Amino acid sequence: MKNEAGPVPAPSPPPGIAAGYRLRLFVAGSSARSLRTVQELRQLCQQALGAAVDLEVVDIYQQPELAERDGVVAAPTLLRISPAPVRRLVGDLSDEQRVLRMITLAIGEDEDVG
Amino acid sequence: MPAEATARPSLPKAPTGIAGFDDITLGGLPAGRPTLVCGSAGSGKTMFASTFLVNGATLYDEPGVFMSFEERAEDLVANVASLGYDLDKLVADGRIAIDHVQVDRSEIEENGEYDLEGLFLRLGWAVDSVGAKRVVLDTIETLFSSLDNEAVLRSELRRLFGWIKERGLTCVITGERGEGQFTRQGLEEYVSDCVVLLDNRVHEQITTRRLRVVKYRGSAHGTNEYPFLIDSQGISVLPVTGAALTHEVSSETVSSGVPGLDAMLGAGGFYRGSSILLTGTAGTGKTTFSSCFVDAACARGERCLFFVFEESPAQIIRNARSVGLDLARHVESGLLRFEAARPSLYGLEMHLARMHRDLDLFQPQAVVIDPISAFNGPEMEVQSVLLRMVDLLKARGITALLTSLLHQNYVSSQQDLGMSSLMDSWVRLFNEEANGEMNRTLYVIKSRGMSHSNQVREYVMSGSGIGMIEPYIGPEGVLTGSARVIQASREQAARVRRRQEAERRQRDLARRREATERQMAELRAALEAEEEEIALLHSEDAEREAALERDRDAMYRHRNAAE
Repeated sequence: MKNEAGPVPAPSPPPGIAAGYRLRLFVAGSSARSLRTVQELRQLCQQALGAAVDLEVVDIYQQPELAERDGVVAAPTLLRISPAPVRRLVGDLSDEQRVLRMITLAIGEDEDVG
Repeated sequence: MPAEATARPSLPKAPTGIAGFDDITLGGLPAGRPTLVCGSAGSGKTMFASTFLVNGATLYDEPGVFMSFEERAEDLVANVASLGYDLDKLVADGRIAIDHVQVDRSEIEENGEYDLEGLFLRLGWAVDSVGAKRVVLDTIETLFSSLDNEAVLRSELRRLFGWIKERGLTCVITGERGEGQFTRQGLEEYVSDCVVLLDNRVHEQITTRRLRVVKYRGSAHGTNEYPFLIDSQGISVLPVTGAALTHEVSSETVSSGVPGLDAMLGAGGFYRGSSILLTGTAGTGKTTFSSCFVDAACARGERCLFFVFEESPAQIIRNARSVGLDLARHVESGLLRFEAARPSLYGLEMHLARMHRDLDLFQPQAVVIDPISAFNGPEMEVQSVLLRMVDLLKARGITALLTSLLHQNYVSSQQDLGMSSLMDSWVRLFNEEANGEMNRTLYVIKSRGMSHSNQVREYVMSGSGIGMIEPYIGPEGVLTGSARVIQASREQAARVRRRQEAERRQRDLARRREATERQMAELRAALEAEEEEIALLHSEDAEREAALERDRDAMYRHRNAAE
């Protein structure tokens, strides 16, 4: 099955945390919420993480196959592809602190989340 | 429910292809609407849903989408393969699309507002890819355990079902049984068109699957709980309450296989399509009678189904050989089939379901169930199952012989499992102890629609079959076994004695007659002698008179001459 492949990670995650965040944001169409989410996330990444973020925005209407491949159910969904493990955040990212923490969270640190 | 089934459905329906279910719902699930199928774990929800989908794709030219929230596609394919469906091929042919929606709580975090547009999109995409008319969502409630925002989920589900209706998709939504409601998350609130409840109940360590159509908006439906089967033949539901007593009757008779028993029945046998109960204590030859019945039916070229619950088929064939019946040849010719199972293998309903299916598959004209007393359970339940079993057989015009074991010291009210009033004929076998031996007797308690002998007959089982023995009926009552033989010889002796006595009297009489006749001859001779004597004296007197006359004349002449 196509969706079994899971999210595709970057070929080799950069060693430094500041160097390699790969994010994929799925939104549904160009509704006000979609646009606001995209804009806010861009802003947040710029401010907090600088240029080390590779953010890909996918409109699930345009690319449904990507949504199926990555097993996206809700919109918006933010996928942190690298560093591993893959994490997903569902919602319009209104709590900036939690968004940041999710993006920067490493393995074994996830107990205090959620 | 044949009468109802012919009624015109007011609502377009999508047949499920599940034997029996389409009868209960008078055509299937509501077409273009969602149906909720709920039940506890292991009750067969996924099987029901996938059968609905596969049958749609293969039988009714309605491709489908299986959206699985629990099982992975591979597992699903493997699971339905056990029902004989090749899902992989249907996927490859573009008849079915499977989408596994994995929502793993451990890797999901929620932050703010969202909707389930992704799910809609994927479903829409899958529907379009195969041109689906049918959709299965199995089990959508999983979303509730993965996502926290219940308000969003609920409004999205409402939207989803609305969307399904809008697209005209016939949809099966499965749901886990919840406390106090049909599903844990109250899905029935959204799916109001049709709700089917599956149940897997364990009673005394025996499981029975049951199905009930809880509601069906805009359509009549069978409201009872129906047992259903899941096995290598797929799912079958049994609409076995249809006891509309409308079955055809036949006045043709069939032999019981025992000539002596046929002779006791006024019509010369049992009516075709009737139900016959054969009760007897242990060792009275119930199975042997059954074998005779089966042998006679097969000899007429009828198909016979022999349900055995206490012996193996090989054992029955061997035992039948001892009374000169060769059942093996009927098995070989395909006329006779044995279905053997321990009563405890399934619940009562399951047995019924299995028999129902076997009847449909084999299409027999005669059936033997040996014995019905093997079914254990609450009396009410056993009775209801047997009632439906008999109905099943009657509706098909099958002549059925049911045996039942009586205990030696039975309570008379329990002797027939409440079956007697259902039965057209009832033959009872006895094993009676008298003078230190057991003798087998039978009598016909009833046989509807014909006169029958009221006599208790003795029978013996020998290498040439079951033979009835002319009964001894006399002033001392009916005697059996040695008592009958003794009585017969005693009578024989009495008869001989009586004959000898008569002969002696006869001889006496002859002798007396001889003596009397001899005496009579003597008397007659004496009489004759006397008569002769008298005649002699008489003639002497006459001569003397004549001589005197002559003397007198001479004297006269002499005197005249002298003058």
